[in-house]
Amino acid sequence: MSEQPPATFDREATDGAETAGSTPVTTGATSVIRALEGAGVETCFGVQGGAIMPVYDALYDSSIRHVTMAHEQGAAHAADAYGIVSGDPGVCLATSGPGATNLVTGLADASMDSDPVIALTGQVPTAFVGNDAFQETDTTGLTAPITKTNYFATDSDSVGDTVGEAFAVSGTGRPGPTVVDLPKDVTNGQTERQPGAPRTPSTYDPQTEADEAAVERAARTLERAEKPVILAGGGVIKGDASDALRDFATEYGIPVVTTMPALGAFPEDHELAMEMAGMHGTGYANMAITHCDVMLAVGCRFDDRLTGGVETFAPDAEILHADIDPAEVSKNIEADVALIGDAGTVLEQLDSEMDRTPDIPEWQEQCQTWKAEYPMDYAAPEDRPIRPEFVVEALDEATPEDAIVTTGVGQHQMWACQYWTYRHPRTWVSSHGLGTMGYGLPAAIGAKVAEPDKQVVCFEGDGSFLMTCQELAVAVRENLDITVAVLNNAAVGMVRQWQDAFFEGRHSASQYPWVPAFDKLAEAFGAQGFAVHEYDEVADTVEAALAYDGPSVIDFHIDPGANVYPMVPSGGDNGQFALSEDQL
Amino acid sequence: MSEQGPQQVNRLQGPAPEDRPRPSGRRNSQGIRIDPEVEAEPVPRRTVISALVENEPGVLAKASGLVSRRQFNIESLTVGTTTNPETSRITLVIEEPEPGIRQVEKQLEKLLPVISVQELGENAIQRELVIVKVHGDEPDKVQAVTEMYDGTVLDAGPKTISIEITGDENKIDDAIDAFQQFGIRELARTGQTAIARGDVWTTDVEEERYERMHESWQTTTNND
Repeated sequence: MSEQPPATFDREATDGAETAGSTPVTTGATSVIRALEGAGVETCFGVQGGAIMPVYDALYDSSIRHVTMAHEQGAAHAADAYGIVSGDPGVCLATSGPGATNLVTGLADASMDSDPVIALTGQVPTAFVGNDAFQETDTTGLTAPITKTNYFATDSDSVGDTVGEAFAVSGTGRPGPTVVDLPKDVTNGQTERQPGAPRTPSTYDPQTEADEAAVERAARTLERAEKPVILAGGGVIKGDASDALRDFATEYGIPVVTTMPALGAFPEDHELAMEMAGMHGTGYANMAITHCDVMLAVGCRFDDRLTGGVETFAPDAEILHADIDPAEVSKNIEADVALIGDAGTVLEQLDSEMDRTPDIPEWQEQCQTWKAEYPMDYAAPEDRPIRPEFVVEALDEATPEDAIVTTGVGQHQMWACQYWTYRHPRTWVSSHGLGTMGYGLPAAIGAKVAEPDKQVVCFEGDGSFLMTCQELAVAVRENLDITVAVLNNAAVGMVRQWQDAFFEGRHSASQYPWVPAFDKLAEAFGAQGFAVHEYDEVADTVEAALAYDGPSVIDFHIDPGANVYPMVPSGGDNGQFALSEDQL
Repeated sequence: MSEQGPQQVNRLQGPAPEDRPRPSGRRNSQGIRIDPEVEAEPVPRRTVISALVENEPGVLAKASGLVSRRQFNIESLTVGTTTNPETSRITLVIEEPEPGIRQVEKQLEKLLPVISVQELGENAIQRELVIVKVHGDEPDKVQAVTEMYDGTVLDAGPKTISIEITGDENKIDDAIDAFQQFGIRELARTGQTAIARGDVWTTDVEEERYERMHESWQTTTNND
């Protein structure tokens, strides 16, 4: 097949747009950096290495801040979190071979969660490609299934435009990760060509406004609904549609359930908030989605952790599905009305099409009854080990309401979902679709770099924290004021919970007979460490850790018997959630 | 925060699952709401999908990788350039229930180098090529069968005869059956390629692209 036609080139857009201190374009690598500057990139995360050295050399003269991470996976997660919190694509860099493969987990994570990430990977010189050269891997081949698109840069003249295109594609429409693989001869090669402004290719044209006829059908359906529910997904946050969602729900009095990525999309202290649904969602959220007759799903993809078994998911509901990605509509749950478009735009279209408010006082009352029937509560007697829920609530109370929460993956993540009150979009940063243990700390680094003035709290489990705790070195080096709360139950707790429920309590490889003293581990890295065993130490320690100007780690020795409830078993019926182990 | 009290630890309050009301409806495994009056499961359908794609490196790998990782039930996939050297046409024959067919289309459209995707109707022109290599013991009979299927002998030696047959899938299957009597040593099939019949463009954008290419071709010739 023929070579890629030269990308269109917008010279005007870059004239006079040079960043202070930038040097003229002389090589492919300087063009790459100029493209990043032109796209407004202020920070990137990465790890040096042989094949990416020309790019780092060009970065030396740039005003772009580079945060050196301990591991490339950390760089990808930090860039991912930066993208979630700031709304602009996060950038990560890695060298060829092991550098690129270490990024793979982070890119897969970003792909599952539709997070905007640009990865620039070094590659062996073009002449060596395919020869199994030192530190060579087929990066575009490896990352094709886990990126929105990827590029193999072919020449020094066009490489800047390719990076710009990767940037534009990543951040527009349904966001997602993109990769540009940069052979060393391309970045080292001579060019004087200024990259144009970032632009998407002509074949890429996401539809932002939903079809009018569909909007009309959806509005008529909502108007006559008796038990309507809005299911808000992560797309509400990505599309900056939280205000539109709040206005719409309040205007028509429709209860709002969120998916996990949508925590913060709708204020959880709002009367209409039913909070998170799904496997570990609240009882009332799961009752609401199971019994509704019309579901307006906005920016969600009906993941199996949300739906449980599709046969029993909202079985009486007509589904009105708004999403910017047509492929998500009727993929897992058949939509009765497809509203292809941007979340905010579709909500505004619907609002102007609605002629009346649905008459649903009984349903609203029913939702409040469920809230009273299935409260999220726990007992916390003094004489037992600390309940993890208590720790989450203690940190929530001690921090401002716009504090950012990041988490790893496991039981601690679910407690952080359930017992923290999310009121604002872009304050919840977690690994949803891929479920990447170890996501929390590098994500906290990315979040803090994006929002240095906000409090950042990272919840980790002992198992999850051990997967990326080396990134503490970065938090210390960059003096990032983040607080890590390790909910330490000396186990991979979620696995152990499943073993209790489904494997007759056979704890194969899930109990950790020994875990490090995380307070001492923190101190070895140069961070502040704390250990907490008793209830009466919690408040003071939280205060001290938050007051410490720099990274701190609190090792909370929590009740090892604590499990996460409510719970819908995998593939189960959301309305049949278990409130305790004996209901499974 | 929760009050410290005599509640049982690890147990949330509320009616047990069996004490809760249940909705009456049901969906099938595709997530489609089932009308209990007419329980009908979708049946797989065999169809041809045509995708016009940019001719850039890796586009075929992207398309075939997509098909395999999403577990679409694919019968054949062919690819070749079009009138415009910058584009190729990928033809997929798939067998899927209705939602699966729509998913194949939508997922293909998500690939950036893909310009347009269209499912072809039943009357699309479909052709496949096969080369059959049979044992050469009975050349006269081989010749007769070849003529019956409008085939062409590509190579005839003392031990083997190779024949080319072109046609729709049924014809190819029948021809292969007919050649079995001589003993088929090897065969190679291309898979179906297809194009819309009559004055219909195969995918949405092709007319516009054709006009544009035609215009620029005329401009170039006039300048000469």
